[in-house]
Amino acid sequence: MFVILALVGALSNPYLVSLMTIVLLFTFLGQSWNLMLGIGGQLSIGHALFVGLGAYSVGVLDVKFGISPWIGLLLGMFVAGSVGAVLAWLSFRFEVRGIYFALLTIAAAEFARIMFSGWEFVGAMQGLFFPAPTNAMDMAMLRGDARFYYFVALALAALGIAGTELISRSYLGYVWRAMRDDEQAARALGVRTFRHKILVIAISAAAAAVGGGVLALVQGSIFPDSIMGMGLSVDVLVGPVVGGLGTTFGPLVGSLTVIPLNHAMSALGDSLRIPGLNNIAYGVVLILVVWFLPDGIWPAIVRLCKAIQVPWRVWLPQPRKAEE
Amino acid sequence: MLSLWLNVLASGVLLGLVYGLVALGLTIIFGVMRVVNFAHGEMVVFGVYIGYWAVRLWDVPIIAAAAIAAVAMFIFGYLLETLIVRRFVGRPHHYQFIVFIGLSLLFSGALLVAFGPDPRPAASQLAFHTVSLGLVTLDLARLQAAVASGLLITLLGAYLRFSSFGRSLRAAADNRLGGLIIGLNIPRVYAVAFGIGAACAGVAGALISPLFDAQPYLAVDFTLLAFVTVIVGGLGSFSGALLGGLVIGVAEAVAALMFTPSMKTALPYALLIIILIFRPRGFFGANES
Repeated sequence: MFVILALVGALSNPYLVSLMTIVLLFTFLGQSWNLMLGIGGQLSIGHALFVGLGAYSVGVLDVKFGISPWIGLLLGMFVAGSVGAVLAWLSFRFEVRGIYFALLTIAAAEFARIMFSGWEFVGAMQGLFFPAPTNAMDMAMLRGDARFYYFVALALAALGIAGTELISRSYLGYVWRAMRDDEQAARALGVRTFRHKILVIAISAAAAAVGGGVLALVQGSIFPDSIMGMGLSVDVLVGPVVGGLGTTFGPLVGSLTVIPLNHAMSALGDSLRIPGLNNIAYGVVLILVVWFLPDGIWPAIVRLCKAIQVPWRVWLPQPRKAEE
Repeated sequence: MLSLWLNVLASGVLLGLVYGLVALGLTIIFGVMRVVNFAHGEMVVFGVYIGYWAVRLWDVPIIAAAAIAAVAMFIFGYLLETLIVRRFVGRPHHYQFIVFIGLSLLFSGALLVAFGPDPRPAASQLAFHTVSLGLVTLDLARLQAAVASGLLITLLGAYLRFSSFGRSLRAAADNRLGGLIIGLNIPRVYAVAFGIGAACAGVAGALISPLFDAQPYLAVDFTLLAFVTVIVGGLGSFSGALLGGLVIGVAEAVAALMFTPSMKTALPYALLIIILIFRPRGFFGANES
């Protein structure tokens, strides 16, 4: 599959390359969200907070001080990871969970967005702009042409998928899924769920920050409303929900389905001068998926392959059940 | 100076009553059905547009527009519950949340398609008329909205408390299984509860239509505002919603006086974070099922 994707990047036209870059980046971001809800069992609707923190860490260091984005990404991971950990610590310390935790994540993201839009140093509402792209590839400053970013995004997506697969097969994966399915039972078995919840959120937040940093580089600019707004939080969660919660390939399949659809609908909307078509498409897809395929498209594909006895089903990873 | 403060407080209290009505809708839906209506802000905006068009087309008073909004949104909510929401009631919370995010995207998209992204200035001139009461000067639109909201909240409270349907609604909220056992028509109760919730949002929207420019993007703010209000009072609590509305209304008004505009918009979220952390069930919160 990745060979195909790599070939796509090498051969196809610029539009497809940039579209697929976004798809792959959101695969990675979706994977980070998936880790938190699909495996850790904690619903976040404010993932834009972590994405935005990552983007601003890269942006501020690069634009204001000319420091390499590599450092920025590390800083972003650290900042977002700590913010996530503190948020998790505060909320679980005071028994905030379920929908209340979800509301807390939105409130935190919106609060941060408003703070960043009023903060002159990071460009406030006018945003931050990276220096105009040159076509020379520069690994140290992570700068290059569209195709370069495509491969960066591909590497990230591969890393995200491999990482999730590794985590979910490790000790941590079993502990987190146990905690997701029944927290009381997990505690009874001696799992320190409090620490593990903080850990899963910190890891997810740090991963989201990396995605955010690269997203900012790809877009070349950072605006608080687009990188920290509710819209981005929703974009992040649509992919994994449609593709399959808690599955390793769900976010990839979901992003591959949803983002081209979204782009097509907004292009259609633009040409017909009807804004809002892409929102409608997103909404309908979300409702239909939760209605008819509550565990997502990927598990459905796997079931289908099993049902019709496709011989190569051997190497299809088994989806793990996402819910109760 | 005193007069300024009194004015600010009064306008905060007045808008707070309207927020209370919005929050009441959310809290009824949650209290009875245990679903979190994340599309509540869109329903408020539907109300704003109903108010806008009713005044624009037929030049009716705002109160009449609110009545139209109430009926229209009740039917809308009832149908929405029977057709879609019903299927997700027993599902885990995050699935419901995702469905409602889908609904809210769908509605805001529909609003964009129908009315375009540009704000439409209020059709009613009511906001420019004022009433003077000694030290305090109030604009008529706000006063009317607040009085109507207050009246509605009282009536709704009395209805839920004393009528036979109100009793079955509260019974369903307390104990779904118990309600089923004694033969309550739970699906109907749920549909009506959702209708009432939507109607509250719609009426509030119509009432404030003279104060806000009608615009699809308002919805997110209203949704979050409704959640902040409800959380302050406690999800599922009737008097909590009212209290929360007043607290948020006054806090916003005072913040507008003391801070920069961006700080003012950030205040409800800061409040929400603080309250969620220190008093997650609000001040009158029902127990989570």
